[in-house]
Amino acid sequence: MGIWKSLSAGLRGLFFKQQAEHELDDELRDYLDQATTEKVRSGMSREEARRAARLELGGMELVKENVRAASWETRLETLWADLRFGARLLRFNPMFACAAILSLALGIGANTAIFQLLDAVRLRTLPVKNPQEMARIKLDRRGSRSGNFSTRYPDFTYALWEQIRDKQQGFSRVFAWAPNQFNVSPAGEVHNVQGLWVSGEFFETLGVEPALGRLLNTADDQPGCAAAGAVLSYSYWQQEYGGRIDAIGQKLTISRHPFPVIGVTEPDFHGVEVGRYFDVAVPLCAEPVVNGEDSHLKSHVGWWLSVLGRLKPGWTVERAAAQLDAISPSLFEATLPPEYNPENVKHYLAIRLTAKPADLGVSDLRENYEQPLWLLLALAGLVLLIASANLANLLLARASARGKEMGMRMAVGASRGRLVRQLLAESLLLSALGASLGALLAHNLSQVLVASLSTQNDPLFVDLGTDWRVLGFTTGLAVLTCILFGLAPALRATSVSPSLVLRESGRGTTAGPTRFSLRRILVVAQMALSLTLLVGALLFARTLNNLATLDPGFRKDGILVSDIDFTGRHLSRDSRLAFSEELLRRVRAIPGVDAAATATIVPLSGDGIGHDILLGDTGEPQGEAPSAAFNYVSPGFFDTMQTRFLAGHDFDEHNRLGAPNVAVVNETFVNKYCQGKNALELRFRIRRMNKTSAPYQIIGVVKDTKYIQLREESAPVVYVARAQNDDVSSDAQILIRSRAPLAGILAAVKNMANQADPDADITFYNLHKMIDDGILRDRLMARLSGFFGLLAVLLAVIGLYGVISYMVARRRNEIGIRMSLGANRRSIVALVLHEAALLLCVGLGIGVVLALAVSRTAASMLFGLKPNDALTFILATASLAVVALAASYVPASRASRLDPMDALRNE
Amino acid sequence: MPNDSSTLVQGTLDMLILKTLDLQPLHGWGIAQRIQQMSRGVFEVNPGSLFPAFRRMERSGLLEFEWRTSENNRRAKYYSLTKAGRQKLRSETREWERQATAIARILQTVS
Repeated sequence: MGIWKSLSAGLRGLFFKQQAEHELDDELRDYLDQATTEKVRSGMSREEARRAARLELGGMELVKENVRAASWETRLETLWADLRFGARLLRFNPMFACAAILSLALGIGANTAIFQLLDAVRLRTLPVKNPQEMARIKLDRRGSRSGNFSTRYPDFTYALWEQIRDKQQGFSRVFAWAPNQFNVSPAGEVHNVQGLWVSGEFFETLGVEPALGRLLNTADDQPGCAAAGAVLSYSYWQQEYGGRIDAIGQKLTISRHPFPVIGVTEPDFHGVEVGRYFDVAVPLCAEPVVNGEDSHLKSHVGWWLSVLGRLKPGWTVERAAAQLDAISPSLFEATLPPEYNPENVKHYLAIRLTAKPADLGVSDLRENYEQPLWLLLALAGLVLLIASANLANLLLARASARGKEMGMRMAVGASRGRLVRQLLAESLLLSALGASLGALLAHNLSQVLVASLSTQNDPLFVDLGTDWRVLGFTTGLAVLTCILFGLAPALRATSVSPSLVLRESGRGTTAGPTRFSLRRILVVAQMALSLTLLVGALLFARTLNNLATLDPGFRKDGILVSDIDFTGRHLSRDSRLAFSEELLRRVRAIPGVDAAATATIVPLSGDGIGHDILLGDTGEPQGEAPSAAFNYVSPGFFDTMQTRFLAGHDFDEHNRLGAPNVAVVNETFVNKYCQGKNALELRFRIRRMNKTSAPYQIIGVVKDTKYIQLREESAPVVYVARAQNDDVSSDAQILIRSRAPLAGILAAVKNMANQADPDADITFYNLHKMIDDGILRDRLMARLSGFFGLLAVLLAVIGLYGVISYMVARRRNEIGIRMSLGANRRSIVALVLHEAALLLCVGLGIGVVLALAVSRTAASMLFGLKPNDALTFILATASLAVVALAASYVPASRASRLDPMDALRNE
Repeated sequence: MPNDSSTLVQGTLDMLILKTLDLQPLHGWGIAQRIQQMSRGVFEVNPGSLFPAFRRMERSGLLEFEWRTSENNRRAKYYSLTKAGRQKLRSETREWERQATAIARILQTVS
């Protein structure tokens, strides 16, 4: 092949350069000799012949140059020489080189880190066989369902899953799965790992292979299975079993129930959920064994499963979705929960199934973080633009300093293209160094980002491998920035007319007005972009502040939540209540505990209960029944949470089953449902699906509190005495308020619980910490946008400082004349600051418009303020203006201290 | 040296080099001489453009070379055609003939 020949010849030319040059010399000398001999033969003298032959050939060096130009390796050599020359120039300007490389590294690093995250959660497909065939079966927006929702993807009940499995046609196979925390501790304090419930089809449908042993199949997932096998993930096997082969057959306990380990999955497989991982997978049929009476499997109203499938060859997602839509009515008819009331039934039967592509897997992380990540990428991109503008500015300054050199080189015959290439090589060197450093930085940065989003209860796993997309992105950024900051200065530098430059030798080159205005435009752009970033940073910082200082209606700090689960005792309803009341009594007796209470729902934990409310003692509502959120609490709950009573009083020991039903409601409930009547005289019933309770008398009204999350609007909440509820769970969730260090209280509670029931599962957490974890995303946005904003302002101010200093240097002469004509120092400072203020005003004006447009895209992520919040804009503009003017004052005052004589003499 | 020697039509130098080497391997001077002879002095080859052409064609695999001792006992670089070179010569010749006939036809029609 010609290419290979050319390549090997070229390489030979590169590595045996001396020899190649000799050969060229020999060849040309031989030609000259022959020509000379020929001419002598035709009658010339030897001398004349030699001269004529040389003339005919043209300049020896020129011919050689042309021959070299015909081979590719020469271009490589020139590039290499240019790079070496560039490196030498950078070594002479270490300050410039460091600043340039560092700012590029920060800019490129930040962009790459965020892109790496985006790539991992948004762009990369699942590491399974033919991921593009995977689709997720979901409910479309029609209809609605009631019941108990658990797990992160509560799409289906078990009954619905069975129906889908048997009636769908578009998929060669479907499987159901659900993520869950598994307590693998054999006794004592809970040790949770990331678990998966999987139907028997899970591994085969995905095409996952075992690394050891075997994986679960349909034979393992038979209804009523007793001790099904457990499959471990590769990393869990490495971490817990040290990668030992005898792990197979060992017993793993999940909620105290033993499961034999039957296999380990391949290393790349982390489940179908992007952003999470799994440690242990067990078949769905084992769920009743583990969850006991709380099992969702048998319940028609337990929503907990997600269903994925592999499309049959020739089937598209749309076609499968259409088929699912068509079978929906019969499917929902067949699974109608008997617990439903007519209203529930109407909504349930209106639900339709659909299918969505799942080649990228399933991810709530993606849903929560995709928009913030794109926004952060845009912000990081702006920072990189500002950094590039700074570099362009610095290079422009150098370009005018090197104008004479360029003119000289063009005068002796260098082509403009050649000079531009050489200048670009220097920029390329900068951006390549910056990008390499940035890539290193990005690697650490993205890991810090993921770690900052992980919490103990909700550990994340993002596979941050560098793939071709990330590499391409970084390389692309490097080239793009190189062109952005390098091309304009290179073109400017070489646009000088050689004759002009040479004529002016001796005098300082006067930069034309156009050249200077390019620098002004750059500074204006920098100001505008950094104002945008600053506005964004302030918006997110204030959002975080609003969330963190928001009054949730109770005191967040000083509360330890301890959940003591005594399911293992298999107690009746009355004994459960008695036992949890005994536990509460013992907790209250612990020294240092100021107050304690049990509650079914811990506020802001993300859990919630909702039921219909029927106002009055009798009668059905017209149309939709109003609804409210519920919490079942012990007496002392409001005291423990420090939620104020607006009217009435708390529950007491007499509010038990058999006594008249009583309830405490919140302010919003009163405003919404009491219609101006005295709430304490009001009665209502609770409808739980098809069961309607006896009337409840309102005995107290409390201040509104946040229920599920901080960002919500206040909703009606009903509190019912736990002792008065038909259903009592087999755990005691105790909220403990104490001014003493919580660690000491925790140890005492653990001790107490161990004495009361050595088999109990105990979990602890700090309420304040949990609430803070709930605004992790806002904290991330505030921190990163703040970092970008500061970086942007710093870069932009450096840029302004540079331009103003340059302006002062350029107008030295003029300033000298003004001073000698009597201008005082203040008027010189004013002259310079006027220039700076002009740039600043234009920049800020454009920036405000830009920021208004950009901030609107972040509206949904803000809290407690509008994207066009006036205070934020004023604050951002004012602070940027102050910093910028302060930076310009330095060169201004330097200008005012010029010695006029000196300035005039040294032009 | 004839005064009415013409400069080469653009792009034809490569073809002429290929043609000269079709008979036997030659060195630089030989090729220049041969082109001049074959064109009966109409074309005079500028050696300044000859050597870059050798390098270019060598790199694209049309020519290969070896060092031999020339008639006057010097080391000389002898070029010869590769297989690709021979093919190129054939296709170039065909193309040239096609164009030349077409041009001739046009010129005849006009006159």
